[in-house]
Amino acid sequence: MVVKGRVLIEGKGEGALLRLAAPLSFWGGVDPKTGRVSDPRHPQHGMSVAGTVLALAEPRGSSSSSAIMLELIARGLAPAALLLGEVDAILTLGIVVAREMGHATLPALELAPADLARLPEGRLRVAADGTIIAIA
Amino acid sequence: MTLALTAAERALIEGAEGPAAAMAARIVAEAARLMGAAELVPVESAHIDGCLYHGDSGVHFAERLVELGGKVAVPTTLNVGALDLLHPGRVKFDPATAQMARRLMVASEALGCAPTWTCAPYQAGHRPRLSAHVAWGESNAVAFVNSVLGARTNRLGDFLDLCCAIAARAPRYGLHLDENRLARIVIDVSGLSPELRRTDAFCPVLGAILGAEAGSAVAAITGVPAGTNEDCLKALGATAASTGAVGLFHVVGVTPEAPDLETALGGSAPERRIEVTPGLLRQARDRLSTAAAGSDRIDAVAVGSPHFSLQEFRALAALSEGRRFRVPFYACTGRGVLAELERADLMAPLKASGVEIVVDTCVVVAPILPPDAGVLMTNSGKFAFYAPANTGFATVYGSLADCVASAAAGRVTRDERLWS
Repeated sequence: MVVKGRVLIEGKGEGALLRLAAPLSFWGGVDPKTGRVSDPRHPQHGMSVAGTVLALAEPRGSSSSSAIMLELIARGLAPAALLLGEVDAILTLGIVVAREMGHATLPALELAPADLARLPEGRLRVAADGTIIAIA
Repeated sequence: MTLALTAAERALIEGAEGPAAAMAARIVAEAARLMGAAELVPVESAHIDGCLYHGDSGVHFAERLVELGGKVAVPTTLNVGALDLLHPGRVKFDPATAQMARRLMVASEALGCAPTWTCAPYQAGHRPRLSAHVAWGESNAVAFVNSVLGARTNRLGDFLDLCCAIAARAPRYGLHLDENRLARIVIDVSGLSPELRRTDAFCPVLGAILGAEAGSAVAAITGVPAGTNEDCLKALGATAASTGAVGLFHVVGVTPEAPDLETALGGSAPERRIEVTPGLLRQARDRLSTAAAGSDRIDAVAVGSPHFSLQEFRALAALSEGRRFRVPFYACTGRGVLAELERADLMAPLKASGVEIVVDTCVVVAPILPPDAGVLMTNSGKFAFYAPANTGFATVYGSLADCVASAAAGRVTRDERLWS
């Protein structure tokens, strides 16, 4: 199965799909020192976003989430790719700034909500053109 | 949609005004492309949320701009930092972290920003005019400046606010455009008792419902009493911007773009209409508390998110008069309001009751609370939302009067009459 997203930020990435079951504000919701979901009310509390293909249906929360994204990138704890159900100016900006600062960054794609929902569990590879494929 | 830049904007990106302005303009243009903006819009002012320490990477970014000769090109205020600069020792960071937090605050000031250090800049003299295009960060400040003042900004992420201030431009999309400022959802509270709608604890709970229901959509709220004050609207927006991605809301008959419901909706029918019942309101209130139900334990009280205004301190002083608190009671505010408190002779009575005033920062963004996490009581929907993850404290939500009564009793005591 192949799903194609609209490229927001170019790049390639590969990792296990982590589909967020509820909206998550990175600030106050992800610990930049560990990459783990730190909001105790979030259903995936304790899980790490580092190295995952992270799928978020809807962005939420603090405008400081850009800073958390930059810090995760700088510490090597960022997701391998970001798949967004709607374009989010806050998380993607953390990636833009990381690129300006010379860090290796991750791709960000916008996916139609139906495509986001039908992504298969397991490891996914995101290609530079926005194609997402399941890998063994 | 492709982004069209003016000749002046292209020159800016190419370095006509130096490398810092070029870097800032590049980031603004990239954000505009990401969001599908057709062009940039000149801004009149900015409020910067990037001065709070989240890690070394943000410090390096601000210092890079300083090294490159960066200066903000429009009047710009600063949000909270991670240190109370007026009360050394209040924030219990290790020395290395404190030094990085201070470096970020120093770099932010070096870029020409006013050292206001407040999340309520709109109560520290920074009040853009109706319809002004601005570039603001900090979710509560964005909600307030759009909704209560009728100025226009998107919810800018950290760094973009600063880049917009340096480039004097913002991506023109979203809430800068007339059509996106119209309400698509109606939230009606007129079925609730008038007494409940006038209590101070009502607005944050309504904000929690607004955030959960609206997400990032614009809602118009009907049934809020005329004359609802600015502090109440501030609390409403702050909670909504925490529980949802709310950047603009209208309160019909209260906020400037909603003289009536038809105007707020732009003549269209709403996509959704939500009637707030007493049961829905109680559920939303209860979600703001994470402490075990039935326990009356309380270890500290925190108020002032967003930062307390002079009016809120007056209310706190009146409620606290003659009382002595048994648990630490933190009230967070900006240094501008602190100066007003001193002029109004309110400091001594507040201190006598045991109120500890935190300036330039707040208790959920910096380690100020007692070291052993327990139960934090608050009248702030935003504190209630963020404290569990950021501080480890469980929360109990109550009115300001409940907070004062509980701090004095040393156990949680809430007036349930209005809610039942």
